[in-house]
Amino acid sequence: MSNHPADGPKPTAVAAGSTTSTPTVLHSRCEVLSSRELGAYHSLTLVAPEIAEASRPGQFVEIAVPEGRDILLRRPFSIHQASRRGGWAGTLEVVFDAIGPGTSWLAEAKAHDVLDVIGPLGRPFSYPHDLTSCLLVGGGYGAAPLYFLAEELRARNKLPHLVLGARDHDRVFKPIEGKRLASSIVIATEDGSLGLRGRVTDVLEDALERTAAQVVYACGPNPMLRAIAELCRSRGVPCQVSVEERMACGLGVCWTCVVPVLASDGGGWWNVRACVEGPVFNAARVWWDRWLGEPGTSETAMPPRGAAGRREGVVEAGRP
Amino acid sequence: MSEVASLRVDLGEISLPTPVLAASGCFNSGREMASLVDLGRIGGIVTKSVTLGPTKGLPTPRMAETASGMLNAIGLQNPGVDQFLAKEAPFISSLGTPVIISVAGTSVEEFCQVTLRVRDIPGVVAIEANISCPNVERRNQVFACHADQAAEVIGAMTRLTTLPIFAKLTADVTSITQVAEGCVRAGAFGLSLINTLLGMAIDTETFRPKLGAVTGGLSGPAIRPVAVRCVYEVARAFPDLPILGVGGVVSPADAIELMLAGAWAVQVGTANFFRPEATVEITEGIGEFLARKGLGSVTELRGRVDVPERVAEPAYRSG
Ligand SMILES: Cc1cc2nc3c(=O)[nH]c(=O)nc-3n(C[C@H](O)[C@H](O)[C@H](O)COP(=O)(O)OP(=O)(O)OC[C@H]3O[C@@H](n4cnc5c(N)ncnc54)[C@H](O)[C@@H]3O)c2cc1C
Ligand SMILES: Cc1cc2nc3c(=O)[nH]c(=O)nc-3n(C[C@H](O)[C@H](O)[C@H](O)COP(=O)(O)O)c2cc1C
Ligand code: FES
Repeated sequence: MSNHPADGPKPTAVAAGSTTSTPTVLHSRCEVLSSRELGAYHSLTLVAPEIAEASRPGQFVEIAVPEGRDILLRRPFSIHQASRRGGWAGTLEVVFDAIGPGTSWLAEAKAHDVLDVIGPLGRPFSYPHDLTSCLLVGGGYGAAPLYFLAEELRARNKLPHLVLGARDHDRVFKPIEGKRLASSIVIATEDGSLGLRGRVTDVLEDALERTAAQVVYACGPNPMLRAIAELCRSRGVPCQVSVEERMACGLGVCWTCVVPVLASDGGGWWNVRACVEGPVFNAARVWWDRWLGEPGTSETAMPPRGAAGRREGVVEAGRP
Repeated sequence: MSEVASLRVDLGEISLPTPVLAASGCFNSGREMASLVDLGRIGGIVTKSVTLGPTKGLPTPRMAETASGMLNAIGLQNPGVDQFLAKEAPFISSLGTPVIISVAGTSVEEFCQVTLRVRDIPGVVAIEANISCPNVERRNQVFACHADQAAEVIGAMTRLTTLPIFAKLTADVTSITQVAEGCVRAGAFGLSLINTLLGMAIDTETFRPKLGAVTGGLSGPAIRPVAVRCVYEVARAFPDLPILGVGGVVSPADAIELMLAGAWAVQVGTANFFRPEATVEITEGIGEFLARKGLGSVTELRGRVDVPERVAEPAYRSG
C-alpha cells in the first residue's frame, strides 16, 4: 500500500498557530506500527506522537484514502487509544469495520505504510465533576472510544462500569482489556455467543440500578443511542452520546454532518455540526425525533420545555 | 537566470495575490482551516453564502460520495446576515486575505437587503451572488436558470454598492452564454463558473435516495469537464469579462486547465475537504509550471487553449 499521496503534507505535524479560539488541529503523515484483525473488526496502530498527545476520549481522526481512485473523501474514526505513556507512547489506535471501499483499503495497510491523518477532531466527552459512578455503554465498534474514556476516568478516581453490546462474540473486541479497565463489565450479544443474550438496551436498566450510575456515556448505532437517551431522560441520569453522521470534511467547513440540537432553554433548535460541536452531545439536547425520523418532527412537535438540558452542568467541560 | 513568475492577477479594481481562491461553502470564512493552511497564502476566500435570516437547511443525510465527486444537499444553512456581521465580519477584516462575500436569497429584495448589510465590511473586495437559489416570487424557479431573473437580481444589487459583483452561474441550463449575457448587461463585474450540478444517488439495497433531500449538488473532479466547457464558452463570448473558474480543481493542472479555457482565477471547493492545504499546494504547483514553461506571469495562461480553427464550431454534444 505504497500509493499514498506523494505530495501530501510534510512528514512532521504542521500546526501554523491558530489566530482564533478554534482548537488546533494537526495534520501528519503517520507510519503504521501494526495492522491486525480484531475479531470481525480491524485495528490500526499509528505512530502519531503529536496527535496522540493532544487527543481526548470521544475525539476522532480523519484518515485520507489514496489518490488516483474514484473515492476522494477522508474517513472518520474514533480514537480508540492514544498512548502517551509506556512502551506504546506516541501511538494512536483506531478500530474499524471494513464495510466499503475506504475501510477495505485501510484494512490492507501493513506495518511501515504511511497514512495521512488529521486530528484530533471534535469535542471530547467531559469528565464528571463530583460524581463517581459512570456507566459506559458501547454498541459494536462504538465501544472503541470507551476504552480510552475508561482509562481517563480511572486516572481521575472515577468508577467506570462497562456495558458492551454486539451482534456476536466476534464483534466484542478486547473483552479482557475491558475487564481490566472497568470496575464491572456486562457483555450482551444478540446471538448469545458471548455474555448475555440480547441487546445493550435489554441489560441497561439493570446495569443502571446495580452500578448506581450517576453519569452515562454511550457510543454506537444512532438508534441505540436514542433508546439510551430516552431511558436516561426518564430516570434523570445525565447522558453523553457520541454520534455518527455523514461527514465530508470533518473540519467544520461543509455543514454536511449536522444534528438537530435543542436550545438549552428549550426554546428553538439549530442544526449543529457533529464534527466540531460534536460528536459528543448531551443526549437530552439532541432532538432525536427530528434527526432519526418519526414521531413528530415539525416545529410544533418539539419536546416540551425543560425536557432539554435537564441536569446540565453536572458534568464539567473536559475540553483540552 | 530565471525569474520567479508572477502569480498576481488583476481584475480591474481587484488585485488577487494568487489565482487560487477558496470556493463558497467549502471553507466557511477560513477560521476552521487556520490551523491547517496558511490563510495569508491564499488568493482569496469566498465565504459561505449568507441569507437575510437564519436558515436551518435540509435534513440529513446531506452528503453522498459518488465516483470522483460528492453530492451535497445542505440547503444554505447559515445563521443569517446579522449573526454573520457579528461573528464573521471581525475575523474577515483581520485576515488581510482578499475576501469575497457570497450572498444568497429567495427574492430580489432579500439579495438587496443582504448586500446592503455586507457591503461595508472592511477587507471585502467583491460580492458573489449565489443565484442558484429558488425564486419564491416566480414559482421557485432558480434565478440562474433564467437570464431575465438572473439579470433582475444582478441589476438590483449593482445599484446598491460600488463593490464588484460576480454572478455565480449553474451549468444546468440550455445556454450558459445566454444567462451570462443577461448578467453582464445587468452590470455584473464578472462571473463565477460553475456551481454544483444537480444530481441524485440511490441506495440499491434499501431502494432509498442517499440524500435526505433526494437530490443535491454534484461537485469534485467529476464535474471538471463541465466547468472547463462552460468557462470556455462564456470566455469566447465575453473575452474581457473576469471569470472565476470553479469545479473539480484538485491539482495545479486542473487550475491551469480552467485558466487555459479562459478563467482569470480559480476557486477550489471539494478538494479542501480531503486536502485542507489544497489552495496553497495548487498555487505552488502553478508557480513551478510557469517556471518550467518559461512564462513570466500566470495571466499568460488565460484563454490560451489552442483550438484548431476547423473544429471550433459548433458545440457537438456526442457521436
Ligand atoms: C465521528 C465518527 C467516528 C467514527 N468512528 C468509527 C470507528 O471507530 N470505527 C468504524 O468502523 N467506523 C467509524 N465511523 C464510521 C466510518 O467513518 C465509516 O464506516 C467509513 O467512513 C466508511 O467508509 P467506506 O469507504 O468503507 O464506506 P462507504 O459506505 O463507501 O463510505 C462512503 C461515504 O460515506 C461515509 N460514511 C459511510 N458510513 C458512514 C458512517 N456510519 N458515518 C459517517 N460517514 C459514513 C464515508 O466516510 C464516505 O464518505 C465513524 C464515523 C464518524 C462520523
Ligand atoms: C458542501 C458544499 C457546500 C456548498 N455551498 C455553497 C454555497 O453556500 N454557496 C455557493 O455559491 N456554492 C456552494 N457550493 C458550491 C461550490 O462553491 C462550488 O461551486 C462547487 O462545489 C464546484 O467546485 P468543486 O468541484 O471544487 O467543489 C458548495 C459545494 C459543496 C460541496
Ligand atoms: S463534516 Fe464538514 S462540517 Fe462537519
